[in-house]
Amino acid sequence: MRILGKGQVDRSRPVSFRFDGRSFQGYQGDTLASALMANGVRLMGRSFKYHRPRGVLTAGSEEPNALVEVVGATNQTPNVRATVQEIFEGLNAQSQNRFPSLAFDVLGVNDFLSPFLSAGFYYKTFMWPRAFWEKIYEPAIRRAAGLGRLSGKHDEGAYEKAYAFCDLLVIGAGPAGLAAALTAARAGAQVILAEEDRQLGGRLLADEAELDGAPAADWVASVEAELRSLPNVRILTRSAVTGAYDNGTFGALERVGLHLPARADLPRECFWRISAARAILCAGALERPLAFPMNDRPGIMLAGAVRAYLNRWGVVPGKRVTLFANNDGARATARQLMAAGIEVAAILDSRTDASAVEDCPVYLGARITDTSGRLGLSRISGTHVGGQFQILTDCLAMSGGWNPTVHLTCHMNGRPRWREDIAAFVPSDGAVPGLTTAGAVNGDYTTHACLAAGHAAAVAALEALGRSAPAVTLPRAEGTPYRHEPLWLVSGKGRAWLDFANDVTSKDVKLAAQEGFTSVEHMKRYTTQGMAPDQGKNSNVAALAVLADATGRGIPETGTTTFRPPYLPVSIAAMGAGGRAMGFAPQRFTTSDQASRDRHAPMIEAGLWYRPSYFPKPGEKTWREACDREVAMVRAAVGISDVSTLGKIDIQGRDAARFLDLVYTNTFSTLPVGKVRYGLMLREDGFVLDDGTTARLGEHHFLTTTTTAAAGLVMRHLDFIHQTHCADWDLRMISVTESWAQFAVAGPKARALLNAVLDQPVEGFPFMSCGTVSVGGVQARLFRISFSGEEGYEIAVPTRYGEALFRDLLAKAEVMGGGPYGMEALNVLRIEKGFITHAEIHGRTTAFDIGMEKMVSPKKDCIGKAMAARPGLTGDERQQLVGLKLSDAVAAFGGAHLFTPGATVDREGSEGYVTSVCWSVTLKATLAMGFLKNGRARHGDLIRIVDHLRGIDVLAEVCDPVFHDPAGEKLRA
Amino acid sequence: MPELIAKTALEGRAALTLATTTLAEADPGPVTSVALFPGQGKAAAKALKPLGLTFPAPNRLVEKDGLRLVWTGREQAFLIGGPAPDLAGIAAVTDQSGGWATLRLTGPAGAEALARLVPLDLSEATFPVGHAARAPLGHMQAVLMRPAAEVIEVMVFRSMARTAWHEVEVALRALAARAALT
Repeated sequence: MRILGKGQVDRSRPVSFRFDGRSFQGYQGDTLASALMANGVRLMGRSFKYHRPRGVLTAGSEEPNALVEVVGATNQTPNVRATVQEIFEGLNAQSQNRFPSLAFDVLGVNDFLSPFLSAGFYYKTFMWPRAFWEKIYEPAIRRAAGLGRLSGKHDEGAYEKAYAFCDLLVIGAGPAGLAAALTAARAGAQVILAEEDRQLGGRLLADEAELDGAPAADWVASVEAELRSLPNVRILTRSAVTGAYDNGTFGALERVGLHLPARADLPRECFWRISAARAILCAGALERPLAFPMNDRPGIMLAGAVRAYLNRWGVVPGKRVTLFANNDGARATARQLMAAGIEVAAILDSRTDASAVEDCPVYLGARITDTSGRLGLSRISGTHVGGQFQILTDCLAMSGGWNPTVHLTCHMNGRPRWREDIAAFVPSDGAVPGLTTAGAVNGDYTTHACLAAGHAAAVAALEALGRSAPAVTLPRAEGTPYRHEPLWLVSGKGRAWLDFANDVTSKDVKLAAQEGFTSVEHMKRYTTQGMAPDQGKNSNVAALAVLADATGRGIPETGTTTFRPPYLPVSIAAMGAGGRAMGFAPQRFTTSDQASRDRHAPMIEAGLWYRPSYFPKPGEKTWREACDREVAMVRAAVGISDVSTLGKIDIQGRDAARFLDLVYTNTFSTLPVGKVRYGLMLREDGFVLDDGTTARLGEHHFLTTTTTAAAGLVMRHLDFIHQTHCADWDLRMISVTESWAQFAVAGPKARALLNAVLDQPVEGFPFMSCGTVSVGGVQARLFRISFSGEEGYEIAVPTRYGEALFRDLLAKAEVMGGGPYGMEALNVLRIEKGFITHAEIHGRTTAFDIGMEKMVSPKKDCIGKAMAARPGLTGDERQQLVGLKLSDAVAAFGGAHLFTPGATVDREGSEGYVTSVCWSVTLKATLAMGFLKNGRARHGDLIRIVDHLRGIDVLAEVCDPVFHDPAGEKLRA
Repeated sequence: MPELIAKTALEGRAALTLATTTLAEADPGPVTSVALFPGQGKAAAKALKPLGLTFPAPNRLVEKDGLRLVWTGREQAFLIGGPAPDLAGIAAVTDQSGGWATLRLTGPAGAEALARLVPLDLSEATFPVGHAARAPLGHMQAVLMRPAAEVIEVMVFRSMARTAWHEVEVALRALAARAALT
């Protein structure tokens, strides 16, 4: 029901929205909860376990009941708190965890079964048969008990994450936060003020407070105007600080566009990482519900929330309101309602010594012992000092006192401290380095104390920052002391809910204690107390009090559970903003990328790079046809492949050769200038790290190449070796992978093609030479190396000329019957030649395993040499690299295991495995490489290849892994 | 023999103006890594003097007559905008020209856009003219420079230029969409 003249919504701007398919109207500034309330809707959700009808309990992000799904064009967001979601034109929300409808929910039957569904019910009931738990019980229980649903589609909405930096982060913009921010802002400090509400002011807005004799909103507006005018202040509204982390880092979730119709490019949410030299937590306090029998009906709300709805949104949740409280402050709710013309049926004060003078009936020593109303509260009954009462009421405002919002101070393992006078936990000093607390979070519940504490905290923070504090005149404010008497539980026949969100009652907590789960951490897990989306914000202290009572201990002795980040639910989409789909990692493109795509080459990922798989010709139906043609082309004419993706490291200095001797198993100091040598690099543990060629460009200048996959790894390894083993050597290195576009030119016509593009033809350029050439007037580097087994060259030009050279090479090659070849053909060519890749040097093989132990120089030490000599890393027991040959065409069986024919095919019987397989169009055979126990002594034997995944079981001949041109005559042609 | 055509990483990509800030590819000319050999600081200072440059302190750049020397790592700087002097025996000199793509952000929202991607405070106050940094841009390693007020230049590996452009563009679009709310 809307109250005329109350609230801060803009009544000139009506907004229509939908809830559960029905159209409603609210005003600009309404939350979904306030707008539904204004429309007389009390039922907003169903509870987690018993499917009890539930209405809104709070007016903030701690809401446990009114959780809804918001349906958008690109996404469906579950568990949205109706108290946080602002309405906008076209908002479409629906209730959750109910079937078929909110008012009639079939699983409401659970409520009648509740005597059987107590804490630990599932553990006790679904024990047998054991296998049923995972397959039957758990899925069924999960379907019945639950929260909102996802759409099952990708969330394609825009999300953002961002970094921010400040001298002082002020968390919360109530009176304490505003006073702190204003003080620090005037001192010129870089200030970030984060407030989770859409407006600054905190309880000042909700309580109809007065400052300097005027509405507090005026002061809030003037402070906000001043802060916004200062360049050193950033105000983040709709932004909840979600976590406190090391070194003054805080997480915050900003609702950027969730309160608006979706717009292109506007992020829905932004996840901030704020780095702050100092922080002041002014998070305030959360009101405690009271635990009394049947306290969960729609219409039973927190007294402070009722006040907030009245003063901020001009709505009241009922026509005849009753107040049930254990403190003085909550009486403001009754008084303000009466002042607004709402009937207050009675004030039920649990204390016997409280004032009975109000403009409505007051019952002292009151206890509510029962309520009724299936889909909404209609009646309460109970006792008071004078006897019994029965009241017809459609709204009960309750207050059990206040709990300081200590959560962030616990995120780095700080434990809150119990304050007996306010019967609440307050933050421990120094719980988060660099963070202090001010205001209601410390149990200072008066506006006057909050303002003063916020100012004082800022002055202290400024001093720590080396700044002097400016003059700030704080407004006069009320200072009525907090008077209350704890009331943790009203016993009675019905269930008294503690955790509304997870359906945990006082009986569950008592049962836990009775069954031995007396530690608070055990009770929590046994009952699920505090494990719902609200993380126990509304219930943990009360549950603790009930547990303390059940175990005969005091509350501080019973302890608390641990509050962990995040403070409130954070969508994964916000934390992973930008990382969906192709945003996961950078894409790397070669200079030949467009030219390859122009030829319809399917591009495959090689690390972050995209490389052409094959270059289909018209009429070719499968990749194999293209691949076979490309292999034959290289063997008969000439092929071109972009090899720019291989790592290239420029190494210079008087100790460069010495360094290469240290990192490579073989010797490089003896390599003449103008020559290239193949090298093998070991990890410190003696296993093979990478292989590649190194060219000596000058006396003190080398160029090392790495495999594509290990480029970053090798650079890191070399840097590590440099820094840890020889930091003082005359040595510098830098990656030049990106600086040179490099193309392999391979085949019997390779030299002819090169000479067609080079400004000066090459003559007498023997295998493993390198030198400088000129192409189109551009200085280029030429290497005579081969990964195909044919006469091969690699020509490198500065990257900006890469595309031009590639296109030129292709055009000229095609005239000679050559052309480009892709990764598939490259793989076949190297398997035919027995060259290894990371399929073979996969991190578990040694130089001995791959048959390169002779490359480990006996004349010098190198990284990994000592560890490679450990027992067990050489000898007959090792699985050694072999070739495998079959005359038939067999589907690829990489990963298949090798067995001696006749031996049992089981795990123990496996003698090795296959690493690479191809159909060799050159040799008309299926060729494979693999590792076989004592394999080098078994050339000529037959071995059984079993691939359980693909259902392949064949015999192959074990042979030397070099199938094509074993003498290397073509290579050196 | 026809000449080879040189292309920058984002050749032909039109500049983009969003949130009153312009994103454009810059072609800074030659880029040369100058990595001082141990103990060559004085010799380097002497060799750089005719150019009016000094070897930059960490996280700084020096600039003279269009020639810029920007710190890029331990005893390493990139000389940008012109040919390298003879530094034989003093520094390892390596051509990096085509290996980097340079994105230039001109306008008031440059730092704010990069705050979506770079975990450093790049505001004018803490990253004023003459400052430089090595930091990740998303998952890409980058060289960041502030050559002038309201200008930030970002160098990333050439092969990653499209991703870098895309990510900066997305950040700018989000800022523009935010700005449209007020």
